[in-house]
Amino acid sequence: MADIAATGSAVAKRRRRRIIVNKRVAPYVFLAPFIILFVVFLIVPLLYAFDLSVYKSTLVGGTRFVWFDNYKRAFTDANFWSGIVLLIKFSLMQIPVMLGLSLLFALILDSGTVYAKSFFRVSFFIPYAVPAVIATLLWGYMYGPAYGPFAQLATAIGWPKPDFFNDQTILPSIANIATWEYMGYNMIIYYAALQAIPTDLEEASLMDGAGAFTYALRIKLPMIVPTIIVTIIFSIIGSLQLFSEPYLLINLARNVINSHFTPNLYAYTLAFTGQQYNYSAAISFVLGGVVAVISYVFMLFANRGVSR
Amino acid sequence: MPKDKSILGAGLDRRRFLQVAGASLAAPALATLPAGVARADDVVNLTFWAWTPGTQDVVNMFEKKYPNIKVNLQNVGQGAPHYVKLRDAIKAGTGLPDVAQMEFNSIPSFKALKALADMGTSGANDVKDKFVDWTWKAASDGDKVYGIPWDSGPMGLLYRKDVFDDNKLTVPETWDEFADAALQLAKNKPGTFLTDFGAADAGWIAAVLWQKGWRPFHVDGTNIHIQLNDPIAKEWAGYWQKLIDAKAVDTAPVWTTEWFAGLDSGKYASWITAAWGPTLMTSSMKASVGKWRAAPMPQYKKGDKIDSNWGGSNFSAFTTSPHLKEATLFATFMGGDPDAGRFWNTKEFLFPVQKALIEDKELMGTKYDFYGGQAVNEVFAAAENQVDVGFEFAPFQDYVNTQIQDELAASIGGKGTLADAFDRVQDTVVSYANDQGYTVV
Repeated sequence: MADIAATGSAVAKRRRRRIIVNKRVAPYVFLAPFIILFVVFLIVPLLYAFDLSVYKSTLVGGTRFVWFDNYKRAFTDANFWSGIVLLIKFSLMQIPVMLGLSLLFALILDSGTVYAKSFFRVSFFIPYAVPAVIATLLWGYMYGPAYGPFAQLATAIGWPKPDFFNDQTILPSIANIATWEYMGYNMIIYYAALQAIPTDLEEASLMDGAGAFTYALRIKLPMIVPTIIVTIIFSIIGSLQLFSEPYLLINLARNVINSHFTPNLYAYTLAFTGQQYNYSAAISFVLGGVVAVISYVFMLFANRGVSR
Repeated sequence: MPKDKSILGAGLDRRRFLQVAGASLAAPALATLPAGVARADDVVNLTFWAWTPGTQDVVNMFEKKYPNIKVNLQNVGQGAPHYVKLRDAIKAGTGLPDVAQMEFNSIPSFKALKALADMGTSGANDVKDKFVDWTWKAASDGDKVYGIPWDSGPMGLLYRKDVFDDNKLTVPETWDEFADAALQLAKNKPGTFLTDFGAADAGWIAAVLWQKGWRPFHVDGTNIHIQLNDPIAKEWAGYWQKLIDAKAVDTAPVWTTEWFAGLDSGKYASWITAAWGPTLMTSSMKASVGKWRAAPMPQYKKGDKIDSNWGGSNFSAFTTSPHLKEATLFATFMGGDPDAGRFWNTKEFLFPVQKALIEDKELMGTKYDFYGGQAVNEVFAAAENQVDVGFEFAPFQDYVNTQIQDELAASIGGKGTLADAFDRVQDTVVSYANDQGYTVV
């Protein structure tokens, strides 16, 4: 009996050992689907783009290796930097408004004084489920100078028609679309963070005589600052890559949106109408660099602020 | 089952019978095919990219005649986006269609990319004599055939008879009269315009400037002559600048839903455009059908007869196609079949490129409902004869177009005058040409 039991445990041990070996491999097996997609759709294209960016193909003379010539050119390209400047302006205008609204609605939903909470949560979030292309077409129609609903409404009540597509209004018009699209998404992130705040804090603050407003301002907000910082970083990255909205609005607002309106639109034009794939790849890398630098600088300031 | 057997006879089941019957039916169809084309039992699939409305109907005609070739028609975009996708596929080295719509002004660009197949090696030259000489020459190089002409785009003035009558406007014969009419209409009826200045379409800009004698490019091997901002362009820019400043013409972007609605509602009383204009108008306009008329393009000197061409397409095959023979057969049918040509003209307003059709009095006398019963082919046939076909496009025309559109739009948006825009375009295009390895002379 004992013998049998010993053999049995030996078998079990061996089995366990085999499982231990498998355990070492297991994470990679589980990670494989991600790693494969990550390599195939991110790393390989990045390498390909980098390879493109150090060559120069021309209509006459073919392809030659040019080291970092394309990058040098990008650093002094006014068309590229004007796009960056424009997007910084855009970000300064759009991100505070969008995140401010997100935060406001998240706090209202979290405060527990709202009826039909889940209805509002879902309806604020729905625009995020609408693809950017559709959203832009939708707003493009609404902005229409002659037949759009705003123009028609203005005509009906005898006001001058609003112009959404001049050099003063084009950025706010695009910012409005972006805000409509992503406000709900950020709201959900904030809402989730707010829900994670332990309820005893609320009780404690009530004991100390804080009202709902003070509680939100002094307790809730500071507690979700890390979440806010993350959403700001995401928004900066998203804004600097603005493409779909101007790409689709260009036909409606040709006088104010040109082919190098944003850096991504510029890269697109360079590659697909100018046949300058190599330079376009370099532009994309420089844009990546700019995004990284701006995000890093923001993190630096944010961290200093938080630790203080 | 036994019943079936008794009908078909012993030893011959239904499946076997159908096989035999099918083969004997297919045999006559095979006999009509030119030699070298794949047999009925291995169907060849062709992919074809085009945006012209009604193309599927002609594809059906082709498939009916050649049942062993299946054509998959895809509309990947009208104009610019179509060419973007083609360039994309060329760069990727995969994904090109076998045949695509290719406008005359795009042929040099895609030839420069060495993407267009020479259909001459598959017998395309056999149909050469069917086509109007300049159209054939514009898409070929000696015996090398890079496109089978589809239609041409002689320019004319399309105008709203109702709006003209209501405002007592006469059809302008010269550009001076056109300007007077524009000022008059803007004064009579604010909010309506004689036309919309279509700066958002560089193809239109080139066509209208072409008439004035603008010849911006001449390519000779790797040498290129670039003269975009010559006095002709400047004078022309000045003419339109005056009308824009006087608010006598609109500057809204063309090809938008709003713009089509403007043509339909009478906000725009005319459109200087090519013969194919109505094919895109009829698909998005209802109210104004029957109220349009066509007149010759206004002239710079009274009594002159100078016209130009805008667009007009070809059927081009690509070097990547494994079925060049079938692609050539398809292209020559789509462009050269008389019934196809008749369909393009009578149903889709495309001006024919087949000599036989232009000489066909009955076809030329066709009355169109869109034009209130006017026989417009006669107008455009006269225009076609007045086109100087020596106009050259750049081997990087899409780039040039983008620059023209960007800079003219910037001027309209307040950055200098239209004439300044041409200076800016000249500078960027020259540096682009140098960058691409051309010698600018």
